[in-house]
Amino acid sequence: MTYLYNIGSYFLMIAEMFRKPTKWSVMRTLIFKDINDLIIGSLGIIAFISFFVGGVITIQTALNIDNPLIPKYLVGFATRQSVILEFAPTFTSIIMAGKVGSFITSSIGTMRVTEQIDALEVMGINSLNYLVFPKTIALMLYPFAIAIGMFLGILGGMAACVFGGYTSLENYILGLQTDFDTFHVIYSFIKTFVFAFVLATIPSFHGFYMKGGALEVGKASTTSFVWTSVVIILLNYILTGMLLG
Amino acid sequence: MIEVKNLHKSFGEAEVLKGISTTFEKGKTNLIIGQSGSGKTVFLKCLLGLFNYEEGSISYDGEIFSELTEDQKRNLRSKIGMVFQGSALFDSMTIAENVMFPLQMFTKQSKSEMQDRVDFVLKRVNLDNAHHKMPSEASGGMQKRVAIARAIVNNPKYLFCDEPNSGLDPKTAIVIDNLIQEITDEYQITTVINSHDMNSVMEIGEKIVFLKDGLKAWEGSNQTIFRTDNEAVTNFVYSSNLFKKVRKMYLEENQ
Repeated sequence: MTYLYNIGSYFLMIAEMFRKPTKWSVMRTLIFKDINDLIIGSLGIIAFISFFVGGVITIQTALNIDNPLIPKYLVGFATRQSVILEFAPTFTSIIMAGKVGSFITSSIGTMRVTEQIDALEVMGINSLNYLVFPKTIALMLYPFAIAIGMFLGILGGMAACVFGGYTSLENYILGLQTDFDTFHVIYSFIKTFVFAFVLATIPSFHGFYMKGGALEVGKASTTSFVWTSVVIILLNYILTGMLLG
Repeated sequence: MIEVKNLHKSFGEAEVLKGISTTFEKGKTNLIIGQSGSGKTVFLKCLLGLFNYEEGSISYDGEIFSELTEDQKRNLRSKIGMVFQGSALFDSMTIAENVMFPLQMFTKQSKSEMQDRVDFVLKRVNLDNAHHKMPSEASGGMQKRVAIARAIVNNPKYLFCDEPNSGLDPKTAIVIDNLIQEITDEYQITTVINSHDMNSVMEIGEKIVFLKDGLKAWEGSNQTIFRTDNEAVTNFVYSSNLFKKVRKMYLEENQ
């Protein structure tokens, strides 16, 4: 019953988030601040992880191809498919559930504990619109971060391939171009938009409705990470079935 | 004026407010006092509309809160200033930005007009040079004064304070008490203070409502509280020997 209650509360929160909008001049500032905190602030970790995981995918693929009948350009092909279809949108989102999600839950949760949310409500401000809406809008730029992750993943694969001597640069590029389907990139960005919404709203829900003190803020952050990850994995399965199945 | 009639509030099986009726008058400092667990904070949160209640009514200058639409409630709340127990300043904003916040949200003033108003209220609470400090850099007393400045910056009709003296030294507590009373007189607002500080009761309690076990056990003022023979009040207010002596001296002087 608690799960059903929480799911219901989550959807009510989303509906409430769009009511009684905050003044645009204030909202604009909040959106820019959240873009800086949530997107720009995450680019470093996304770039670092994407580059090296791209390299690892390439090395793993190259080392597992020992049949001389399999063409060498398959390394580039496999790296591209892995990075674009799964690694960049899904696994980066799981990492972001830890980084961005914990930040959102703990910052909103601390505002709850220190009565800052009550202060907003007493002033007659729709606190959900004030706190959650700008984060949701800011995270709509998340696909740009993922696009950078895709590019750097493939670049990391190329660096590993060339400098590790697994295959030639020409073969790697040939693999990247082989059987390229634009819809795979579209599919990936559709997933990313959905994950961005999940990344903004589930951690906000856990922060906004938490009760207790500092200890509970920590617990809420952990719970938020778990549920955000679970929902991302489930939605990944559903969306893949719908769009590619 | 705020009028409360037969207010009932429960949490599950536990009835916290058991039918409170009282009025809080305009231009006066109205104090809600009582022991921990007597229902003071729940009562204040009901007055602020942060808690829904099962029975009774609260009216603000004739407007019954529960009968208002959500938008009307939000409009009414924009006329309310609130000083929270922990000040509840926004961590990510400077002191000046905290004070300016209600003006940004609810007025169409230009930046310079807002800045002038912020300067004025910060000066009014004796914080002329703290504009650019972050709340974390301010002392407890300063944070309380910033919270008062934020509460009055938009000329509220009603001012609520939840234990404004908690955690403050006696000297700073008196400064805060006097500031609240001066502001109440100056702007003729309805001020409701939730307190268990006996100095505040004696100093600024123009109207006092004493709660016990969710019921209004007594009401009066800082003048009549000396003469009351209500056992619950005397046990609570004159629990220390110092206050017993003060009461005795007062009664001897005013016989």
